[in-house]
Amino acid sequence: MAKVLVVTSGKGGVGKTTSTAALGAALAQMGEKVVVVDFDVGLRNLDLVLGAERRVVFDLINVVQGVAKLSQALIRDKRLENLWLLPASQTRDKDALTDEGVSGIIAELRTKFDWILCDSPAGIERGAMLAMRFADEAIIVANPEVSSVRDSDRIIGMLDSKTVRAEKGERVEKHLLIARYDTARASRGEMLNIEDILEILATPLLGIIPESQDVLRASNVGSPVTLNDANSAPARAYSDAARRLMGEIVPMMVPAERKGLMDRLLGRRAA
Amino acid sequence: MMNLPRLFAGRTVSASAPVARERLQILLAHERGLRGQPDLLELLRAEILATVSRHVMLDPEKVVVRMDRGNHVSTLEVDIEVPMLAEDNSNAAYGASFG
Repeated sequence: MAKVLVVTSGKGGVGKTTSTAALGAALAQMGEKVVVVDFDVGLRNLDLVLGAERRVVFDLINVVQGVAKLSQALIRDKRLENLWLLPASQTRDKDALTDEGVSGIIAELRTKFDWILCDSPAGIERGAMLAMRFADEAIIVANPEVSSVRDSDRIIGMLDSKTVRAEKGERVEKHLLIARYDTARASRGEMLNIEDILEILATPLLGIIPESQDVLRASNVGSPVTLNDANSAPARAYSDAARRLMGEIVPMMVPAERKGLMDRLLGRRAA
Repeated sequence: MMNLPRLFAGRTVSASAPVARERLQILLAHERGLRGQPDLLELLRAEILATVSRHVMLDPEKVVVRMDRGNHVSTLEVDIEVPMLAEDNSNAAYGASFG
């Protein structure tokens, strides 16, 4: 049965789009049929991160307004035949999204895909509310930083009250994905650590994505990090997270410290 | 150049993460309490307006409800401007003062 998953955070810049692309690609690599939907109307970027920016003809708003059929707006990934993109409109206003319109599109996507990943815009305005509205499950992307954790808490409250599932008295299953984690800094007490964040947000952990240059490198070339360098630390963390979404039990790896030269020398001496 | 003093100081500099954690815990306890009743003041204002309007004609713009949160005592201030009352009325409950 199809699952609708919203990738959300409240705060901007924490890694929603990167995570949507990486998890979508990882699920598709596992043989699942996946569509990633960009809800960031006016500021679309999922197309760029996926390297499909020159292939966009029709978008989400066109489909909502009946200008295009869903099949005309869907873009199939060139590397993964199971991965599709439904881009956001770059020119229209976010108010062009309607509750009924999105409801209809999600219902149609449910008949065609195993996973529907909705990439939420930042904030708590209409686009963000509609991205989560029809979700069965939610991934809350958070960085180990006070403003991100606060906004995550707010978003968790909304998932529990403003979604269709919540209104029917059902639960939206929530997963916490901690991105841009720096184990060394956390262990020195310079950054909130995993235990702190889990205790504050009381949400099950889906994965820990290390702060890494590989993420920027992948977005530079328009490839999900899980495809661009499958052996990189963030790619492995995303792949593990995708397997957990599939119900597999995968041990949680806290990303290894990347040691500086002096640390290595000191470490060797101590060993 | 490697910054040796900083490298060693890094181990002893007081950690800021516990401060972040404590601030978040206090803040979120407060914000979660407000959730579900985010607009207590607007609710109070609407109900006070409705109640007083049953007896006195009011300009809704002239009803102001304010709340001040202090450490020990919070105050609720209700300021209602009542227009000049032209006619006598058997109901003598005018001029009620709130505050």
